Amino acid sequence: MCGVCGCGEGHDHDHDHPHDHQHPHAHGAAHSHAPGLSPMRMVQIEQDILAKNNRYASENRRHFGEHGILALNLVSSPGSGKTTLLTETISRLQNDVAITVIEGDQQTARDAERIRATGVSAVQINTGKGCHLDAHRVGHALETLQAQNHSLLFIENVGNLVCPSAFDLGEAHKVVILSVTEGEDKPIKYPDMFHAADLMILNKIDLLPYLDFNSEECIQFAKQVNPKIKVLSLSAKTGEGMDNWLQWLKAELALQRIAYV
Amino acid sequence: MHEMSLCESILQVLEQQAEAQHYHKVKTVWLEIGALAGVEAEALRFCFDIVMQGSLAEQACLEIIEIPGQAWCLPCADNVAVQQLYDLCPHCGSHQLQVNSGDQMRIKELEVE
Repeated sequence: MCGVCGCGEGHDHDHDHPHDHQHPHAHGAAHSHAPGLSPMRMVQIEQDILAKNNRYASENRRHFGEHGILALNLVSSPGSGKTTLLTETISRLQNDVAITVIEGDQQTARDAERIRATGVSAVQINTGKGCHLDAHRVGHALETLQAQNHSLLFIENVGNLVCPSAFDLGEAHKVVILSVTEGEDKPIKYPDMFHAADLMILNKIDLLPYLDFNSEECIQFAKQVNPKIKVLSLSAKTGEGMDNWLQWLKAELALQRIAYV
Repeated sequence: MHEMSLCESILQVLEQQAEAQHYHKVKTVWLEIGALAGVEAEALRFCFDIVMQGSLAEQACLEIIEIPGQAWCLPCADNVAVQQLYDLCPHCGSHQLQVNSGDQMRIKELEVE
């Protein structure tokens, strides 16, 4: 049983005593709660739960900065067309810039194989039961990849619009991909992800004539969650809108070459 | 979301701190969880009990201090209370809000012996 509030029989109690440090403990000082019990004391921690991930992310970011690598964390629900967007992007860009890819999936190396078929290096991370990539595993993938200076690194996260939003991998930007077959209200249904992303790509626009998808409403929802989000619409399959995306990538690559003091 | 891996991260911190702060048992863990952090308190409690089994924090109490969501409204030039990430400003209806509190998840303090 807990010495402070007496709870301990499960945690479904609904007590409302203050939790804001008015509990009567001399912090840091050892003191007995009751005769015969070993002394209990308070320890100040003040640490982010994700501090460990964030330390690895900072290390990755430092690595990217030192080598002028533009790292992009691609996030979306499963089936949004991330891998097709990547293979099409690689085939258009790989003569101009060196590209490497980290593929995150629960299982199989199918996506990494699709990427390798384009001729660039790819490392597959299988998260097993995990629902997201973390900065630690990405750090190890970087050791295997040995990306060149001033290159482009795509990190294709696990298809999941929830969990990857909380895990910084050290990337320059999160890019969220939403296909028009998914429904325009995804940004307000999964606001964490659209809040965390800097760029949203509306994919599969070649299918718009066959759907009731309202692009304007979708973009409005995305900006409601994240007023600063930029939006591109394209079809990786037909190539419509791809030029804008390639220009954005080239501009970001140029920014990555700037050596700030 | 991913409450299980959050609890595993919490346990790692508790184990690391046990050496540094010289304790062998954790009785209570106080967490600060922001209303906008995307953490479901009930799911966290459920996972906490499971993850802490057999550890130095087995049967520890989990106390969650909820931090209300707050954002800076650009048109109002003022801090406003928000319940969810996609809330509009309660005063002017704008969505030009920048969250500045309530998205944290921190281990605040522990009761140990």
